[in-house]
Amino acid sequence: MPDNQHVFDRYLRQDKLPHIWCPGCGNGIVINALVHAIARTDVDPDTIVVVSGIGCSSRANGYTNFCALHTNHGRALPYATGVKMFNPKLKVIVVTGDGDCTSIGGNHFIHACRRNIDLTTIVFNNSNYGMTGGQFSPTTPSGSRTKTSVYGNIDTPFDICSLAEAAGATYVARSTVYHVNLLIRELAEAIEHPGFSVVEAVCDCPTLFGRLNKMGSGADMLLSYKEKAVVKQQAEKMDAAALKDKLIIGTFVERTDREEYTKQYASLIKRAKGGN
Amino acid sequence: MMEETYEIMTGNEACTHAAIAAGMRFFAGYPITPATEIAELSSALLPKAGGKFMQMEDELASIAAVIGASCAGAKAMTATSGPGYSLMQENLGYAVVAEVPLVIAYAMRQGPCQGVATLPAQGDIMQVRWGVHGDHPVIAVAPDSVSEVYTETIRAFNLAETYRTPVVILTDAMLAHMSERIRIPRRSEYECVDRKRPTCAPADYKPFADDGTGIPPMASFGDGYRWYCSGLIHDETGFPVADDPQLITDDIKRLMGKVDNHIADIESYEEYQTAGADLLVVSIGLLSRSVKDAVDQARRQGIKVGLFRPVTVWPFPENRMAALSRQVRQIFVCEMNEGQLYHVVRESAGTTPVQQITQNNGKMIAAETILAAIKGEN
Repeated sequence: MPDNQHVFDRYLRQDKLPHIWCPGCGNGIVINALVHAIARTDVDPDTIVVVSGIGCSSRANGYTNFCALHTNHGRALPYATGVKMFNPKLKVIVVTGDGDCTSIGGNHFIHACRRNIDLTTIVFNNSNYGMTGGQFSPTTPSGSRTKTSVYGNIDTPFDICSLAEAAGATYVARSTVYHVNLLIRELAEAIEHPGFSVVEAVCDCPTLFGRLNKMGSGADMLLSYKEKAVVKQQAEKMDAAALKDKLIIGTFVERTDREEYTKQYASLIKRAKGGN
Repeated sequence: MMEETYEIMTGNEACTHAAIAAGMRFFAGYPITPATEIAELSSALLPKAGGKFMQMEDELASIAAVIGASCAGAKAMTATSGPGYSLMQENLGYAVVAEVPLVIAYAMRQGPCQGVATLPAQGDIMQVRWGVHGDHPVIAVAPDSVSEVYTETIRAFNLAETYRTPVVILTDAMLAHMSERIRIPRRSEYECVDRKRPTCAPADYKPFADDGTGIPPMASFGDGYRWYCSGLIHDETGFPVADDPQLITDDIKRLMGKVDNHIADIESYEEYQTAGADLLVVSIGLLSRSVKDAVDQARRQGIKVGLFRPVTVWPFPENRMAALSRQVRQIFVCEMNEGQLYHVVRESAGTTPVQQITQNNGKMIAAETILAAIKGEN
């Protein structure tokens, strides 16, 4: 396709639009950021495979015009691992949600981080299970109302980025659907990072989580991200009291000291064929 | 004359060597008794063959990685036993619906639950048929010897590639671990089937369109075709369809038809001493060798008994079963469980009485026990 086409025409399946998401949902903004990020890299689109699980965010690869593997709930990462492991020339991107990735897929998530295989994982974090109607997820803030926490959520949420860092991911970043340019930059860095990368995209679910917690419209929720977000460099100069209820955005981890998994396996094949 | 190659190996070793001979280049698994040696040997042999081995975090991830690798073009396998197979069900269902070729080596152990991990059983015959939720086709082969593990493993890969569907190699803890001297088949003696690939222009590719055979050509990720693969009921482009009764019907019927319409190619069974028999024992896998022993002993005593051994447990060879049922006056079903194949045999047995010979204690059933049952002595 000609390069002068708009990125949406190049990288979105126009015949599948409009999407199924609710008015005001942040998921579309994350896809927008993803295709712009891909356009910034020199990745051959025919080598891209977008793998997803189950949930609202996992429908994203139906709209992007690349190879797509829409898998079972929580399982996107191990499917993606098999794709990448067998053919390391592929650029494998995982689109997943907070429930898909950190609840039912939580074990796969920490092991993918540990393994450091070259996958780019985008976690659409909207703080609840949207597709099933707004139940609490592992990232729902304590005290929040959802369909299964009508008296206030007593669970303690995961910090996805801290979890990824502790488990060994070699690129970890967060942005929000308000901070789109930052999100695009982080996604482009993540795609080019030679190892397991995680980008948490904080996004709004005005129909469920927002409505149940009286957070206003989608636009209101986006503005709340503007107010809550503090970039990492600035946060480092603030004390705990000032950071209370703030959302730190930016790149938390970017390391290249651990060799990527498929590269290690290529060395292993050489050793095995060498007979030792 | 070309020299023959004989080797002594276990069922698990034969499975691994045969898989690589059949073209397996990706294995992902999780340690579990009594299938672990397949993972161990794969980890050693696959890199030498230019293939990839992965030990995953659990069985859900193992079969998921196998499906991913298969979509990227690999002939891929995992190996497990009952508890692991239970965990694999959701992704196995995915492979059925998304039509992803793969092979599962399944060494049965005594169950249910953790059961007795080191002892053989045949308690998972029905789990292999119906473990996945929803109606779906299944192919499962049950070899009776280390030698047949080798040949049936090759056939399992060929069936998976031909019909774009998962195939199970069903053994048990005894066959998995016992050693036998086997002849390694020469490469010229067997075929290695590769899945049918699309030949159309990428823009025209519809990954789930029936080309008249019922089995759509399958592209690999990265070879220029941009396709969408989903576990939802989908149209011929692969995209989900929520409310189209005709399409849902057609989709399921085509999936079922991949096996139902190719029974002659898929089905296989062995008959032993069935000519002129008026009694018949039905048995699968390693246990059928005890039955053969019992049949030999019975024949020497003038009892006209034969063995019917389905090699494809699924699809169960029901037409031949029905024909044999009309020939004999009594059928016995010998199996190491509380009675699973028994119900399947009864479906094909017409009015011929069907009697169970079961033992579910981790021990193979002795020929003497079977003989006594045939003679009505117990």
